[in-house]
Amino acid sequence: MLDPVPLAEKPPILEMRAISKSFGAVKALSDVSFAVQEGEIHALVGENGAGKSTLMKVLSGVYPHGSYEGSIFFGGEERHFRDINDSEKLGIIIIHQELALIPLMSIAENIFLTNPPASRGVIDRSERHKRTQALLAKVGLTEQPDTLITNIGVGKQQLVEIAKALSKDVRLLILDEPTASLNETDSAALLELLKEFRRNGITSIMISHKLNEITEVADRITVLRDGRTVGTMDCHAGPVDEDEIVRRMVDRDLESRYPKRDPKIGDVIFEVENWSAYHPMHSDRQVVKNVSLKVRAGEIVGISGLMGAGRTEFAMSLFGRSWGRHVTGTAKLHGKELDLSDVHKAIKAGLAYVTEDRKQLGLILQEDIRKNVSLAHLSGVSSRGVIDDIAEMKVAQEFRGRMRIRSHNVYQETGKLSGGNQQKVVLSKWLFTGPEVLILDEPTRGIDVGAKYEIYTIINELADAGKAVIVISSEMPELIGICDRIMVMHEGAFVGEVSGEGATQENIMRAIMRRKGRE
Amino acid sequence: MSTPQEAVAAPPKVTSFLKDNLRDFGMLISLVVIVVFFQIATDGVLLKPLNVTNIVLQNSYIVIMALGMLMVIVTGHIDLSVGSVAGFIGGFAGLLMVQWGLNFAVVIVISLAVGGLIGAIQGYFVAYFKIPSFIVTLAGMLVFRGLMIAILGSQAIGPFPTIFQKLSSGYVVELISSASGLYITSFLLGLVLAVILIVQNFASRKRRVSHGVETEPFGFFVAKNLLILAGVGYIAFLISSHRGMPNVLIIMAVLIAAYSFLTTRTVIGRQIYAVGGNARAAELSGIKTTRLVFLTFVNMGVLAALGGLVVAARLNSATPKAGTGFELDVIAACFIGGASAYGGVGKVTGAVIGAFLMGVMNNGMSILGIGIDYQQVIKGLVLLGAVCVDVYNQRR
Repeated sequence: MLDPVPLAEKPPILEMRAISKSFGAVKALSDVSFAVQEGEIHALVGENGAGKSTLMKVLSGVYPHGSYEGSIFFGGEERHFRDINDSEKLGIIIIHQELALIPLMSIAENIFLTNPPASRGVIDRSERHKRTQALLAKVGLTEQPDTLITNIGVGKQQLVEIAKALSKDVRLLILDEPTASLNETDSAALLELLKEFRRNGITSIMISHKLNEITEVADRITVLRDGRTVGTMDCHAGPVDEDEIVRRMVDRDLESRYPKRDPKIGDVIFEVENWSAYHPMHSDRQVVKNVSLKVRAGEIVGISGLMGAGRTEFAMSLFGRSWGRHVTGTAKLHGKELDLSDVHKAIKAGLAYVTEDRKQLGLILQEDIRKNVSLAHLSGVSSRGVIDDIAEMKVAQEFRGRMRIRSHNVYQETGKLSGGNQQKVVLSKWLFTGPEVLILDEPTRGIDVGAKYEIYTIINELADAGKAVIVISSEMPELIGICDRIMVMHEGAFVGEVSGEGATQENIMRAIMRRKGRE
Repeated sequence: MSTPQEAVAAPPKVTSFLKDNLRDFGMLISLVVIVVFFQIATDGVLLKPLNVTNIVLQNSYIVIMALGMLMVIVTGHIDLSVGSVAGFIGGFAGLLMVQWGLNFAVVIVISLAVGGLIGAIQGYFVAYFKIPSFIVTLAGMLVFRGLMIAILGSQAIGPFPTIFQKLSSGYVVELISSASGLYITSFLLGLVLAVILIVQNFASRKRRVSHGVETEPFGFFVAKNLLILAGVGYIAFLISSHRGMPNVLIIMAVLIAAYSFLTTRTVIGRQIYAVGGNARAAELSGIKTTRLVFLTFVNMGVLAALGGLVVAARLNSATPKAGTGFELDVIAACFIGGASAYGGVGKVTGAVIGAFLMGVMNNGMSILGIGIDYQQVIKGLVLLGAVCVDVYNQRR
């Protein structure tokens, strides 16, 4: 490998000093400092929610100057970005995990979407074609510029995004999980490209969970945890241990955040065997791969994994096939096979699924608490199809008291409640269906610490009442804090199981990383 | 405020209650204001018994179709084909009754069934094929308008059998003869209706109070019921001074009551609102959303057919132009009545009031001799204004 001038001797191209950013009462970043040297590949790592994306949004101007504390120096000057255009003008280009390409437009149209070569407002197509070809050559693509985005694979789309960045005279390229949806070959090609950029003097920041890739290409690694900088490691100073990175990523105390519980675990009541599901649009992509799971009465089982591991897809396909196609597999409750062919039947069979996105999928925001609570079990408050409004109101009041939903009364619109209270309404809705198996998907996302504790308490009570509880979460400490057993999911399959006492974040991370290493 | 179990609170003050429910009463107040305005502007012609009967007859089919349209709009869809379907069914019924000489009752049943079938076909494309309802029903609008012209040629079919005409232009049979010129049976029917409404209100309030549910302030409640009694009684009196209660008014009243009940008190009604409010959340709560959307279109088809029959009976002929533009009045009635174009929001009573608001304006402006040109302009502005006020109120 080339060994240019030692990095520390040059002034950094980017320096973010003492950055703090809050959302309401939640502190997403506190006092983060981060410096990138010109011409290096700098990896930014941390758990989901550690603040990586927030930091990059501060940098690129998505969160404008004034909405955060601290200062940004780029190219030796302090900068006040008002929006993303300001940062792009200076050559700071961010490529998000969700690609921002328009599927039914050609590669050339996408690359030159905002600033096409034109004279007097009329696009010069042949010039655009020529320039696109040159850019595609730089990223190693041989596609024709007029190929539609929808007709090329995800890996190539990622390269088109990079070509688009190059069209803007990029000085600092930020890649958010660039290889998350790529296969082995495409990932390798992308990493090679990054190295080539480094030789051409382009600076990159790479956010990634894939530690093996990071140690391969990065010059330096900065670890974020809970919105703080843990430290920066220099990869040229000596070999970097992946375990060391993991330890820095996850280390924190877990005490007193989770209510104590004395698990009373019975026999297996819920069994899933060989559960598979395919992507609804790409019918050849198997997203859930022969998953088998057993849950005992009174047991809380966690499902851990990175984003895109297939956890939500597994849960939703199980819950009345509300996701995916060609869903196959068997599910048994108390030894009896269940008919889960639609949501209605799944609810009747004793399943409940608390969705990940409560605003989009969980609640009818313009309706009140009462109507939301009864929605999944209207037969419980009606006879012969006619709703008994008094009975309905009493049910809602009971849950409002039991769940400690903070509102004026049960006639308050759910859209006006706080996140934690909204989540309690969603939980009430599902508890009212009287489920035997309760699947909770990211039950505490976007909820403050106090409300989290209350939600955990409710989950514990459910388990103690003999239900089978499955919790999907991206927050490992949460799973470790409340679960009796944790299944580790990766790329649609269960790749590991850690139970109770032995569960540490390092164990879980290792199960995932091991898998990644083998790929 | 933060202690639980204080939902059993003291009744709120009248003013704050009014403020909270401004939206519901605002509509009714607008209607009253418009009625008063035209009553003065037309020198009392508006509320002459003959004219009141006319307003009822003129708007009956709009109200009937608005009941179906409201449910379609609540699910987040739209049906542009109702005018064409109503016209088509009118022509179809004319063909069967006048040219083939089929019994009127048989024809009514067949017509409603065909209406349901038309709704089912359109609903199938919307619900199961996921084609936007705007497009499906725009196609339906053209198809059924065309089919009607194909059936009728370019001439009108008529006259209909006398008994069929009674559907629209008949009146409740008078049992008690009276010298004063007042149709007593009709008047009593009206009073009975008012009393039923009030007794129901009292029963429902009593039940709510006994379970500690918050209700409107008592004084307000009494005033409201007195107003219902006075309003319904007065309209009944006016109508009974002319020729008695039109049959179609009975049909309308029964349908309004049925659909009010359906939308506010039943499981299926609740589910329809849920689908419109958040289709994905409703689906994940076990509600069969596609089937419900399909059913609302079937229902719309049946009501459009009924509307078509009422129009045909009223005009005593089926003409190729019948039903033209009905869809706009029907849709306008729903939106003026507070339905949301995004789905999930809207009331039967609102749609009915909206229909009459448009009807009173049409009628009043015609009496004043305002040309059809400016009538349209004013109606358009009222529609826009009503929805703007509604949106503004919601943003408050």
